Amino acid sequence: MASEQDNITTSVIKPTSGWQFIDFKELRDYRDLFFFLVWRNIKVMYAQTILGFSWALINPFIQIVIFSIIFGKIAKLNTDGIPYVLFSTVAIIPWTYMSSSMTASSQSLVTGKSMLGKIYFPRLIFPLTAVLSNLVAFSISMLLVVGVMVYYQIAPTWNLLLFPYLLILMVSIPASVGMWLSALAIRFRDVKFAMPFIIQMLIYSAPILYSASSIPDKYRMLYSLNPIVGVIEGYRACLLGTPIPWVYIMLSTLTAIVMVITGAMYFKRMERIFVDVI
Amino acid sequence: MSNRKLAIKVEGIGKRYRIGLKEEAHENLVSALVDIIKSPLKNYRKYRSLYDFRDMEDYDSNENSEDILWALKDISFEVEQGEVLGIIGMNGAGKSTLLKILSRITPPTVGKIQINGRVSSLLEVGTGFHPELTGRENVFLNGTILGMRKKEVDQKFDEIVEFSGIEKFLDTPVKRYSSGMRVRLAFAVAAHLDPEILIIDEVLAVGDAEFQRKCLNKMQDVGQAGRTVLFVSHNMPAVTRMCERVILLNAGRVMIDGTAHDVVSAYLRGNQGSSAQRVWEEPDDAPGREIARLLAVRVRDVNNNITDSIDIRKPVSIEFEFEVLKSGHVLMPMFSLWNDEGVKVLMSVDLDKTWRKRPRPVGKYACSATIPGNFLAEGLFLVNVALWATTPTPVKQFSAREVVAFQVIDSMDGTSARGDWGGNMISATRPLLDWSTRFEPCNNDGVIGIGAKESVK
Repeated sequence: MASEQDNITTSVIKPTSGWQFIDFKELRDYRDLFFFLVWRNIKVMYAQTILGFSWALINPFIQIVIFSIIFGKIAKLNTDGIPYVLFSTVAIIPWTYMSSSMTASSQSLVTGKSMLGKIYFPRLIFPLTAVLSNLVAFSISMLLVVGVMVYYQIAPTWNLLLFPYLLILMVSIPASVGMWLSALAIRFRDVKFAMPFIIQMLIYSAPILYSASSIPDKYRMLYSLNPIVGVIEGYRACLLGTPIPWVYIMLSTLTAIVMVITGAMYFKRMERIFVDVI
Repeated sequence: MSNRKLAIKVEGIGKRYRIGLKEEAHENLVSALVDIIKSPLKNYRKYRSLYDFRDMEDYDSNENSEDILWALKDISFEVEQGEVLGIIGMNGAGKSTLLKILSRITPPTVGKIQINGRVSSLLEVGTGFHPELTGRENVFLNGTILGMRKKEVDQKFDEIVEFSGIEKFLDTPVKRYSSGMRVRLAFAVAAHLDPEILIIDEVLAVGDAEFQRKCLNKMQDVGQAGRTVLFVSHNMPAVTRMCERVILLNAGRVMIDGTAHDVVSAYLRGNQGSSAQRVWEEPDDAPGREIARLLAVRVRDVNNNITDSIDIRKPVSIEFEFEVLKSGHVLMPMFSLWNDEGVKVLMSVDLDKTWRKRPRPVGKYACSATIPGNFLAEGLFLVNVALWATTPTPVKQFSAREVVAFQVIDSMDGTSARGDWGGNMISATRPLLDWSTRFEPCNNDGVIGIGAKESVK
């Protein structure tokens, strides 16, 4: 859209139509703003709280305690021989990140609507900001994982090398869901009410509280199309040193790529009407 | 910049909105319940249709219809580099939509705009300010939101802080600021934007008057430094002072494009839907109660012409017509005058001896009050009118706010209260006062004597 000419940037504004993909050059031009918005989200996340960033530990900790009692002690779910606390901790931490990012990201345009109508910057920054700023809470809550691993004396293995890849895969899920749902939410506010329900469904759709091995073989392929399955099972293998479930990870990657591409395209298509239907 | 180049070229811009259709009213509980069940599908169609124009691709054949509104249509103009262009028009004329399209907030439906240069748009001050962050943090956040790089904010930081005058509170969360302080900080950031093209909406309407002036001056500097400025405002004195050229929008189209003076005075004369007269033709729409109802309000000049542009030296009359529907009540008409800073300049009650304390029979009345010349200051005045029935107990019959408006214009020929002073004269009134000077000549050739001699001639 823009070209350099006599050191003056020329830009053209005209009706947009049809399908477009992300304008990466533009995103790069706005990287300072992107940085400050992420930083703002992080700064205000726990503003005026007594416990501050400790909440990033307390929330998952309480969940782990409750799930360990209900599903570990009372229901005695099959965990492939892993102690339930360990089993659930490595899953709940990434799950907490994904669920809270999805919720924040899907509402990002609606909460930012006052800014949306007053200034232009790539709208994609809205859902992505929510996803990236939540990573701080995720890193803090990883301390819980480390603590539990030390307690159960789990030694790190070479599987840990998979961690960066799983991190990217994990971030891409709320990012793609956020792109889809934030664009949808600006037109239909129903998303806000459906979100808690969706999150609740998703926690049972992935092997967070139970093991993926308890799913019957014939449904296994269908089941692992859910990208959360690959992330959770991947983290388990990565952190606990169990065999890496390549099939899950591959299929999850595939789904995640499809979701990111379609999400970005849908977002870009809807982008032009955001301000008009707000 | 030897030869003037184009900064902005707007070609045939149009923007279409689909406004929601009226909701159906329910007559009974059952129909309301049925509607709740049927509504999801209806709502879906409704919210979907807000941006769906597929059924009307051929836009030329579709003028404004029941639910289609062309907020802008066939807008074309060019702005040269370094030009300061004002955009004026009544509410709903499409000014804000035009600015939103130029700032890329919303795309046009048709047309094309070419912009040469880096654009900063200021449709609001303090966009993105977060109450939990400190002043310092908000400067960086707001600066980058307005399109500055972090490096630029770093460089200008001290200047911004000095301009805002709130050094002491820089590390206090903005939520503890007074609203005035917040505006000052936000303005300070905005005033230090350094784009090639600056787009400003009616943002100067906030903040205290003194600080507003400081910002206006700063922005004038911006204009003079060879920068292109697009400026939307209702503040006609500011528009005339800052802009060489002005565009008048009306109902989404360019009405006049010309020199600031010509366009502003045409706007104030009100060739289209004058602001100097308001008539209620439909009794249902008119303000009023059982005893009396408002019919019309007008602003007249000394020759009894309806006008919204008054010479500061000439009197102006506020006239309002009302109809008494029930006889036997004592009525008290009154009006008040507000300036564009929201200051109530005066309030006046009908003192006409004929009807004072006398019950009025049914009929139409027109009362009028004349404000003398050389009394009001220069600028825009808004008129509120009200009517009270005073017997047996006071009951307000109508109270209509900002029904008509007029502009007081001060010439510079030296015969008004302005004298030979060409600068700002901010005050609510500008009376022509009797000035006198007592002069005592000084005989020794002191400094005072020389000064005095000069002032004598």
